[in-house]
Amino acid sequence: MKRALLIAVAAVGLMAAEPPPAPDRPLPDAAQEARAQALFKGIRCVVCQHEAIADSPAVIAADLRGLVREEIAAGRSDAEIKRDLVRRYGDFVLFKPPVRFGTWLLWFGPLGLMLAVAAGLSLAARRSRADTEALSPDEEARVADIVAAADLRPDPDAKPSDH
Amino acid sequence: MIVELGAFALILALALSALQTGMAVTGRLRRSPVLAGAAEGAAVAAALAVAVAFAALIFAFVVSDFSVANVAANSHTDKPMLYKVAGAWGSHEGSLVLWCLVLTGFGAVLARARNLPFGLKTSAVATQGLLGVLFLAFAVFTSSPFERLNPAPFQGASLNPLLQDPALAFHPPLLYAGYVGFSVCFSLAVAALVEGRANSAFWPAWGRWVRPWALASWGFLTVGITLGAFWAYYELGWGGWWFWDPVENASFMPWLAGAALLHSAVVTERRGALAGWTTFLALAAFTFSMLGAFLVRSGVLTSVHAFAVDPQRGLMLLAILGGTAGLAFALFAWRAPQLKGGGMFAPVSREGALVLNNLFLTAACATVLLGTLYPLILEAVNGSTISVGPPYFALTFVPLMAVAFLILPAGPLLAWKRADLKGVSQRLAVAAGLAVLLALAAWLAFEPKKALSAAGLGLGAWLILGALAEVAERTRLFRAPLGETLRRARGLPLGAWGTTLAHAGLGVFVLGAVVETGYRVEAARPLAPGEVIEAGVWSVRLDDVRVVEGPNYLAEQGRLTVTLRSGAAPREITAERRFFPAGGQTTTEVGLDFRGLDDVYVVLGERGRTAVGAPAWNVRVWWNPWARLIFLGPAIMALGGVLSLLDRRLRLAVNRRRPAA
Repeated sequence: MKRALLIAVAAVGLMAAEPPPAPDRPLPDAAQEARAQALFKGIRCVVCQHEAIADSPAVIAADLRGLVREEIAAGRSDAEIKRDLVRRYGDFVLFKPPVRFGTWLLWFGPLGLMLAVAAGLSLAARRSRADTEALSPDEEARVADIVAAADLRPDPDAKPSDH
Repeated sequence: MIVELGAFALILALALSALQTGMAVTGRLRRSPVLAGAAEGAAVAAALAVAVAFAALIFAFVVSDFSVANVAANSHTDKPMLYKVAGAWGSHEGSLVLWCLVLTGFGAVLARARNLPFGLKTSAVATQGLLGVLFLAFAVFTSSPFERLNPAPFQGASLNPLLQDPALAFHPPLLYAGYVGFSVCFSLAVAALVEGRANSAFWPAWGRWVRPWALASWGFLTVGITLGAFWAYYELGWGGWWFWDPVENASFMPWLAGAALLHSAVVTERRGALAGWTTFLALAAFTFSMLGAFLVRSGVLTSVHAFAVDPQRGLMLLAILGGTAGLAFALFAWRAPQLKGGGMFAPVSREGALVLNNLFLTAACATVLLGTLYPLILEAVNGSTISVGPPYFALTFVPLMAVAFLILPAGPLLAWKRADLKGVSQRLAVAAGLAVLLALAAWLAFEPKKALSAAGLGLGAWLILGALAEVAERTRLFRAPLGETLRRARGLPLGAWGTTLAHAGLGVFVLGAVVETGYRVEAARPLAPGEVIEAGVWSVRLDDVRVVEGPNYLAEQGRLTVTLRSGAAPREITAERRFFPAGGQTTTEVGLDFRGLDDVYVVLGERGRTAVGAPAWNVRVWWNPWARLIFLGPAIMALGGVLSLLDRRLRLAVNRRRPAA
């Protein structure tokens, strides 16, 4: 009896845990539906933590999916649909942030950093090459002495045949 | 009683860590081996005390002692035993104790290390002790998991059902072993900045001490992140495994910094060069770990609109992060210029390749950091909100890594100091040719034609073939008699095998990621029992749906049959929607059919009605080709790390023996 009750409660729960979102009705045209699916992956479910509307079970995600499909069926282009979404919800709704003054650092920072470090490295390499002068014969002799006297650790990378 | 013992042990650990720091600092200043030894003893005792506290917490979860607030909030009598135990690290408070356990545990291992010189070791023990004081104080004063409730509730609120999963039970301990393992690298770096000299004998030795810690932490982190990705893959039911979610990024940044560190440490160890840079990375890796802890625990990430779910905790973590990292990097800025030294090298050399590796890995890490923090910064600056998601990283992080992967196979073949680029390119010619052929074949064979995916396939093959070419070169495969090749293969140091495995594993991962992302097929529609849905070469029939009872949930269980379109090779799988009455949550349990390297991935959705009014369920099916490689690749990489670690131990033993001989 208790078990049956539990199952009954849970069965209600299974259906009522979330208010049911509008059912997904794929577009009849396969190419249009593929476009819709591609768009879903880049549109953020605005009430979720970090989910695309393609993945989210939330009601608003289902609504947005419906909206995108409607607009595609009405013949709008991807850019127009995105512009419409941004007008309603702001830049927040797209997972790809726009390139504008405030996001230059975001978009070009990685490349800039690479270039800056590469420039710094090549500069340092050039300077260190300029700093190194050939050893004088006297210094060469001292190096030879040190090498002969030192108890050197064998190079662990050397091939067995080198020993 | 046992719970109070745990609370007491945690406070005791805090006192012991303070004692450890004080005695190590005094011992170092007075050059007193007795005080330094006592500090090492305190480090071991602190680790034992945290272990007692952690055991007490697990005990409270095992016996479901709901008079403990943390247990009441995160456990339930009906929960399976594994998840009762795992519940101990399922919350902020409990996981912080785990963090402290790893921190002091590794600190104890550091304190027991034999081959470190007095000054360096004592300074490192002092630094590790200070980290212990900060995090234990945070645990004791703001986040104690041992607080009591009066009156005790009759039943607990249970752990979030999404977390009730074997992969996620083991994911935090592994992840923390990685995150916090870098604390020892951090302490060794601080000690090196305090003790180090501009002398080329010091840095190779330091590189040798720091490398095993970097390798071990990186290996743990690799396995931990992979388990997390695997969990997201089959538990969330979205068909994906990596979403560039800020929380995922928080774990990825220390991994990237750690990977850079273990490559840079090779140069420092072998050639005494890049000492400053390696120290910097050792500081950075743990700083990223702490940044991750701050981002995840303070609540800045879960909701962009509130600074912290609990401002006091968030601010304290920020203070710990800012204080330790700020001090360490100030020390670095002051001392690093005085610590120059080490070998010279030409741009085309093993050292040069490793510098390039570091350049790419740090730029990649900076990209992830930028993408994770930029929305927070922009909102703080001008109030505008943006989302940074997968498309951003596909355009910045991925090309960066692709270029790095193009160069990677050449690295291990280059000689130290000055290398012969022409000779190396000749040795890699076969691998490069095969990879290009494979990319071309993939481009021609698959419809629709995807140039980028085909190129990615070639890149993955290039990494694997390049790694194999290196072994073939070193063993003179096909150029010497087979016996000679085998003798050489046995003579190769384990570290070399480790490198090969790690790089090949990376290639395996790239293959999986590229093929799964580029060529997966998805289908979804409502199915009544007996109906069929097709995805690519597979067809899936919904046989029936019934209600089944689990230990702490009830589920709608769909039984499905997966076959080839022709009807051949049938296999039965189940997919579930689980309802957990304790928290009122619903989760999906994905039906996974492993077909060789591919997955047929089935999600049972909500119940609806067909056009004629019969019950039907929304069924989503993915055919994820080569998905197995995505999780196999990192496992191979971690195995490479283990091999390198074993090699280190071997060589340390050899080095220790030599002075006696």
